[in-house]
Amino acid sequence: MNERALQFDIVVVGAGPAGLAAACAAAECGRRTALVDDTPWLGGQIWRGQQSHPSLPQARQWIERFSRSKATLLDSCSVLGPAGSRLLLAEQNAAPRLIQWQRLILATGARELFLPFPGWTLPGNSGPGGLQSLAKHGWPVSGKRIVLAGSGPLLLAVGAGLRKMGASIVSVNEQAPWSRLISFGTALIRWPAKLAQAARLKWTLRGTPFRCGVWPVAADGGEQVRAVTLTDGRRRWTEECDFLACGFGLVPNVELPLALGCQLTNGFVTVDDLQAASVARVYCAGELTGIAGADAALVEGEIAGLAASGRDDAARPLMARRAAWRRFRASLAAAFALREEMARLAAPDTVVCRCEDVSFERMKTFAGWRDAKLQTRCGMGPCQGRVCGAAARVLFGWGMQSVRPPLLPARVDSLAQDPIAGHSS
Amino acid sequence: MRRPDLSIIPIPMPDYLQLRVNGTTVRVTPQTVVAAAVAQAGHARFRRSVNGQMRGPLCGMGTCMECRLTINGQAHCRSCQTLCQEGMEVRTDE
Repeated sequence: MNERALQFDIVVVGAGPAGLAAACAAAECGRRTALVDDTPWLGGQIWRGQQSHPSLPQARQWIERFSRSKATLLDSCSVLGPAGSRLLLAEQNAAPRLIQWQRLILATGARELFLPFPGWTLPGNSGPGGLQSLAKHGWPVSGKRIVLAGSGPLLLAVGAGLRKMGASIVSVNEQAPWSRLISFGTALIRWPAKLAQAARLKWTLRGTPFRCGVWPVAADGGEQVRAVTLTDGRRRWTEECDFLACGFGLVPNVELPLALGCQLTNGFVTVDDLQAASVARVYCAGELTGIAGADAALVEGEIAGLAASGRDDAARPLMARRAAWRRFRASLAAAFALREEMARLAAPDTVVCRCEDVSFERMKTFAGWRDAKLQTRCGMGPCQGRVCGAAARVLFGWGMQSVRPPLLPARVDSLAQDPIAGHSS
Repeated sequence: MRRPDLSIIPIPMPDYLQLRVNGTTVRVTPQTVVAAAVAQAGHARFRRSVNGQMRGPLCGMGTCMECRLTINGQAHCRSCQTLCQEGMEVRTDE
């Protein structure tokens, strides 16, 4: 036991739906529980802004339930990596923290997948989820013309959200073909709440073109995005805009599970019936185990929180609900699978690694991620390959990489706290 | 470390706060992130890449680091994850 460390029975990383549910379940079982999050607010990306401006009853209910629980919140607290036996090294408000756990629940969620195309590095192009998050925290969108492109249910949701904030949505462009969207819509009959939600979003966006089988070719505008060129594979056209919001779905934030040695299957953390990962005493919940949205994350989080508290009996009755959401997850993946053209959007000189400015042409000459990294420094900048590593998987089929702590750029005095690094230096 | 606060219960907040972006005063509402204040001040460019290209926020959630800038003299702060505070000094493009 490390006497400088904060001591908890159960530490949950990530305060989105999965992490909130896990922390509530663990704290309500009487375990000394900490919920750690990188941001100053609760709710993760999907419920961002719900703490200060609640509009979703479900989000409000879980945030209130967490606030009533005896769990400790460590917010604005970035986990830098494992630091020895059942110990995490973190940085909170520029100060180092060591956090000791007996059971660890990872609920680090997902980020948007960005794929390079000419002009994608221009200011004014951001992820749809990214733009929505920024807009909820004051980014000016009112009166701005916004084109949405890429893939996934987020496009419609973000378009509707931005329109309610006064933006003028020029068009919404989904790469998946209509045929797959229609099958998905039919499958949604099994999830009436989701179907109703999709219908509401579409109604909010009435009058805005919603296109399927369309994707971006280039963003133009000198020093910031002024227009985007789109294609349906046959013809090309250009639409003027102030912002382009382009993302190709979600990829899980597996850096911390990888650093802990958790096994992955197809890029997601492998878990058993009780959400336990391949590493003893470590559990994973939510998008880390598959992209399925907030409802799936909540039930997985509850199961993980109960199982980590030794209450397998209470966790088992929740498994039927989880099974239903896993079917939804499979429908989502099938509907929004990326068409092969998405791996060929970049021009030879298009930057793929934005941190080190490594072009598509340079990267594609290498056999794998490791080679490319050693020769070009791709993935070695401040984002540590979070953007280009995920893109390289789609562009070149390069497999999931191992990671090295610190998982985020950290202050030197934080790293000096690492009992292992500290001793070896 | 602190106890979870019940901040969904409305608490009186100041209507706005002021900070400076590249020397110009910007007035924002509470819960505005620094990246948004920079955009409100009319700046699209946040930083230059290693080859001198202009960059701005991409992910909006603290992973891509494209929105990094200098806050109160500290370089490489993620402006999308930092809430504005009264009197902050923000510099882009450094």
